[in-house]
Amino acid sequence: MSQPKTIIEKIWDKHVVHQEEGKPDLLYIDLHLVHEVTSPQAFEGLRMAGRSVRRPELTFATMDHNVPTIHRNVIKDAISKKQMETLKENCEDFGVSLADIHHPDQGIVHVIGPELGLTQPGKTIVCGDSHTSTHGAFGALAFGIGTSEVEHVLSTQTLWQAPPKTLQVKVNGNLRTGVTAKDLILAIIAKFGVRFGTGYVMEYTGEAIRNLSMEERMTICNMSIEAGARAGLISPDEKTVDFVEGRRHAPEGEDFERAKEEWLALATDEGATYDSTVEINADEIEPQVSWGTNPSQCVPVSATVPDPEEVEEDADGVRRALEYMGLKPNQSIESIELQHVFIGSCTNSRVADLRKAASIIEGRKVHEGIRAMVVPGSFTVKKEAEEEGLDKIFTDAGFEWRSAGCSMCLGMNDDIVPPGEHCASTSNRNFEGRQGNGARTHLVSPEMAAAAAIEGHFVDVRKYDQLVKG
Amino acid sequence: MEAFVKHTGLVYPLNRSNIDTDQIIPKQFLKRIERKGFGKFLFYNWRYDDDGNLREDFSLNYPEYDNASIMVAGENFGCGSSREHAPWAIQDYGFRVVIAPSFADIFYSNCFKNGILPVPLAEEEVQQIIEHAEKEQYHITVDLESQEVYAEDGWSASFEISEYHKNMLLNGWDEISVTLTYEDAITAFEQNKA
Repeated sequence: MSQPKTIIEKIWDKHVVHQEEGKPDLLYIDLHLVHEVTSPQAFEGLRMAGRSVRRPELTFATMDHNVPTIHRNVIKDAISKKQMETLKENCEDFGVSLADIHHPDQGIVHVIGPELGLTQPGKTIVCGDSHTSTHGAFGALAFGIGTSEVEHVLSTQTLWQAPPKTLQVKVNGNLRTGVTAKDLILAIIAKFGVRFGTGYVMEYTGEAIRNLSMEERMTICNMSIEAGARAGLISPDEKTVDFVEGRRHAPEGEDFERAKEEWLALATDEGATYDSTVEINADEIEPQVSWGTNPSQCVPVSATVPDPEEVEEDADGVRRALEYMGLKPNQSIESIELQHVFIGSCTNSRVADLRKAASIIEGRKVHEGIRAMVVPGSFTVKKEAEEEGLDKIFTDAGFEWRSAGCSMCLGMNDDIVPPGEHCASTSNRNFEGRQGNGARTHLVSPEMAAAAAIEGHFVDVRKYDQLVKG
Repeated sequence: MEAFVKHTGLVYPLNRSNIDTDQIIPKQFLKRIERKGFGKFLFYNWRYDDDGNLREDFSLNYPEYDNASIMVAGENFGCGSSREHAPWAIQDYGFRVVIAPSFADIFYSNCFKNGILPVPLAEEEVQQIIEHAEKEQYHITVDLESQEVYAEDGWSASFEISEYHKNMLLNGWDEISVTLTYEDAITAFEQNKA
């Protein structure tokens, strides 16, 4: 019998084009997703060298990072407009499919890949965006690359990559009611830090992971990069196969049946070993809120902000984070006053996320002084949500209901948080200035963001849920 | 790409951990479609006040670090996004080397495409350089061939790098040109897959 292997090794071995001593492997790339911000210099490089796109049919582009989420026809920022026009020209010149700002498939690149069935188990997937790890939810090896690598993939459909070390993140037990996938990944990063995944590809395993929906698995894999891992994935199972079946780019009929068998066989073999393993118990996790300026700086909602005098390491970093965030040591998380609530981003902008947030919002009003917005992950998400009446629930409560894009996750368009103001955000990064210069970001789940919008400050959504039901 | 063999330069110490790519180059500067001209936006939110004036209290603006070409910082340098604008800004500002106890994976590989040498040294060694450079102007030499960092005062340390990355920088290779010499293997792989 052959040696048991992890899914990471299985996918890797199937994609090695060339291997030699003293070099990384030359790895074949099955799907290349492209967006407006990290591609212009890559296409320009091809043009200058007189090169073409080797496999345009394996390349798919959209606009998401700096698109306006209202008034789609009015792009006030001339440089943003130029960047979008440049992508259109580049896609035309090089024969790449593009879902532009008016296209019904447009959306955040990591939302539309799965939606269109482009994302499939066993594929190698890259994009000039660090949250490409999202696609790992399907048992794909998906990772972010820089613009020079974008150019390299456009030109050769390959990348030189050293085989990664493997890291198992084993999640035992099950999440308790009201505790979400977002809370789980934040708790993992809080426990093990922002660089425990550096140099590794992570595989999430365990009962809690198997019980997550595909949308929840995407939330988990999305934030692998916040733990330092370029890629994080989950072995495919029936849920994965069911999600992909029937989507536009999924195989059909007999091809699908054959693919299904191959996909399920990718799952990590019993007895396979990892270079490293960490474990966490899901049932100990509470809803999380970040208080600082990196995603590991987060605590349960019932907790308090740490005191730099009492922390075991990086007291300077904690002090600097508290100063930036305008928080006092030992202040309770619930006492942080909010001015903004953002529900969106490649982490939490799918219909399932919006449904959960809407269930909290329904029949209630956004607290006075809070600006709250929902930015669906794609045109398709927006349409589905509107068909279900979710938009009405949000707008009746006082939320703004926008069009698809990255929006306030990184504030490249007009959707920014002003200096000094606090935002409960379902996005993935709370770095200084991320949502706007001087903006103070708190990472939370869609449910926690919804409850915070109603209360004007953080509350444990589990108490709130009881209020709603009761 | 410009080759990198050996470089002697002034150290700029930035004693912070987890310096993310949003700090290195904030998002408002990612809209440009060129590779050049990002240096003036390096650490923008730290270097400039709200009116766009240079802040006197941020160390990169201190006159003693003018012409610094070797940045030395805390662990997990370059974490966050995949934006290659980060190494473009660092390079365009005038840095050729970044030394830190550890680097984020994507940032690390992006450096090699732009003639920047990222040098991982032990935490203790990094702190020694930082302490020295915070006291007085400190020039050090980074030798890629021997994988050593040293100063005139006799201080030295060695670092790890893969043969591949080393050769790429030493020769200033255009990686795509190298890969295209494997085109037959790529085509064979594609045919085999189909």
